[in-house]
Amino acid sequence: MNEYLLEVEDLKIDYQTDLETVHAVNGISFTLEKGQTFGIVGETGAGKTTTALALLRLLPERTGKLRQGTIRFDGKDLLKQSLHDMQSLRGKRMAMIFQDPMTSLNPVMRVEDQIAEALMLHNTDGKGKAEIMARTDEVLELVGILPERKRDYPHQFSGGMKQRVVIAMALACEPELLIADEPTTALDVTIQAQVLSMIRELRDRLGMSMIMITHDLGIIAQTCDKVAVMYAGEFVESGTLEDIFTGEEHHPYTQGLFGSIPNLAVKTDRLNPIGGMVPDPTKLPEGCYFSPRCPHCMDICRQVHPQDVKRGTHTIKCHLFSEVTHG
Amino acid sequence: MEKQKKQSQFKEVWRRLKKSKPAMFGLIVLSLLILTALFAEQIIPYKKALEMNAAIRLKPPSLEHIFGTDAYGRDLFARVLHGGRRSLLIGFGATAGALFFGWIIASIVSYYGTRVDNLLMRLMDIIAAVPMTLMALAVVSALGPTLQNLIIAIAFARIPTFARIIRSSMLSVVDAEYIEAAHAGGAGALRIILKHITPNVSGTMIVQTTMATAQLILIAASLSFLGLGVQLPTPEWGALLSEAREFMRTTPLLMVFPGIFMVLTSLSLNLLGDGLRDALDPKLKS
Repeated sequence: MNEYLLEVEDLKIDYQTDLETVHAVNGISFTLEKGQTFGIVGETGAGKTTTALALLRLLPERTGKLRQGTIRFDGKDLLKQSLHDMQSLRGKRMAMIFQDPMTSLNPVMRVEDQIAEALMLHNTDGKGKAEIMARTDEVLELVGILPERKRDYPHQFSGGMKQRVVIAMALACEPELLIADEPTTALDVTIQAQVLSMIRELRDRLGMSMIMITHDLGIIAQTCDKVAVMYAGEFVESGTLEDIFTGEEHHPYTQGLFGSIPNLAVKTDRLNPIGGMVPDPTKLPEGCYFSPRCPHCMDICRQVHPQDVKRGTHTIKCHLFSEVTHG
Repeated sequence: MEKQKKQSQFKEVWRRLKKSKPAMFGLIVLSLLILTALFAEQIIPYKKALEMNAAIRLKPPSLEHIFGTDAYGRDLFARVLHGGRRSLLIGFGATAGALFFGWIIASIVSYYGTRVDNLLMRLMDIIAAVPMTLMALAVVSALGPTLQNLIIAIAFARIPTFARIIRSSMLSVVDAEYIEAAHAGGAGALRIILKHITPNVSGTMIVQTTMATAQLILIAASLSFLGLGVQLPTPEWGALLSEAREFMRTTPLLMVFPGIFMVLTSLSLNLLGDGLRDALDPKLKS
């Protein structure tokens, strides 16, 4: 009955401190079908990681406030689950690969124990210790780490190996949903390619759904079925991979993103960045959040916040394409 | 190469600790002191520590009584050795108690954050505002001067120090990404505190424990000296010093022997603690 594994509707998240309110995520909606990969691309501070943490309900308790919206996972409203139910979901049915492998492993725990942890926590069918250890070996092999290194500590691994361990931890229970939060950002380019192709292969083999969060359009092109471009806590453009990469019409921000990738065929002396800075999330501009940096900015853009304009699977949040301006 | 990789954390720390001469000296002296305390009964029976004999009072060291005898003709060697049993028991017992409760408070406070933190740590501040000896003194007076109550009193007075130090180490760990990763793996509060946070602050805890033991032995002795600890004629280092005070001018050895044992214990614990601190500090890894 549920064709969607994950449905997120109108999610709004603020970080509230005594001094200020940071509007990190401002009303995003998306759906993810089983076995599909959804990519979220955007620059630093766009709210990508906040979105990921919210899906697992791991926002910092004191400051992170989920203002509105619903998150449905396999038909269940996650925001209404008890802490205990969430704990039995986390790691078992939805898992996360963290950004920085250098800091996301516990320095005083053996690698095998860290991988076995999720297995032991979600040991509902009473597996013995030997079975859990056998499964740990299996997962390590899956990510290409020799079993004789499983008794090592994280500091004895290189960065790429650590990221493999982090991935192994996330995959241990074969989750249905894998959230990869910039899984390759901390790695160098050759290791990046290895890790990416490994993630892709494992996803296909295990039939997982995946949310790929990155700032690298190349990674999106290699892994995703559907893409959303995130800017100042909003999806300014979303659609299928084809819509975003080969579609005719684009949000000016998406154009800017693609424009800032250097073209190998043409000789250029300077890169072509988007001018200006991401708006201060405590004081978002009126109207369209992108208007201060937008090369096509019109009067209406500074006053009215644009609505989604839908063209089939392709959605763009921009006045350039809305009927109001086109008459 | 292969062999070195398989070294556990413990072996690594031990390797570095071995290189420090003062720490090894401390460890050896401490082990000897603990052994003499454990096997005091085998070395010299407890009976001799209580046996009075007016004929041989205040005798200097001899073959028969190697530390000499006290004002009642009791064998000082036996009294010092059996006194050490109690002093060390009080020191280690009180430290263990203070460490345990300090750790529990620190864990709760650092895991659950602001509100609990404010409440419990202000409570710790209040306890810590009273001088430790005075606090222990008050508790012993209230509970009655027995060995057990002495341990409880000293442990209680020391809890705030442990709670504060462990808390500050834990606070730097709770926000680490691997704790978040553990949450994402579905781990609950208890597991995260026991398996992820505590092992990462164990270095601080070990060092603090050795240092605290030295201090608490001295505090126990001072309480006994004041007559609030172990009751006479039961031997205990502080009580021995108290008894010896009267004869300070005529038979100073009565004070010197228990004094030497106390100084050695405290010194060896501090040297060991210093060495452990260096050995456990990853920044000094070589």
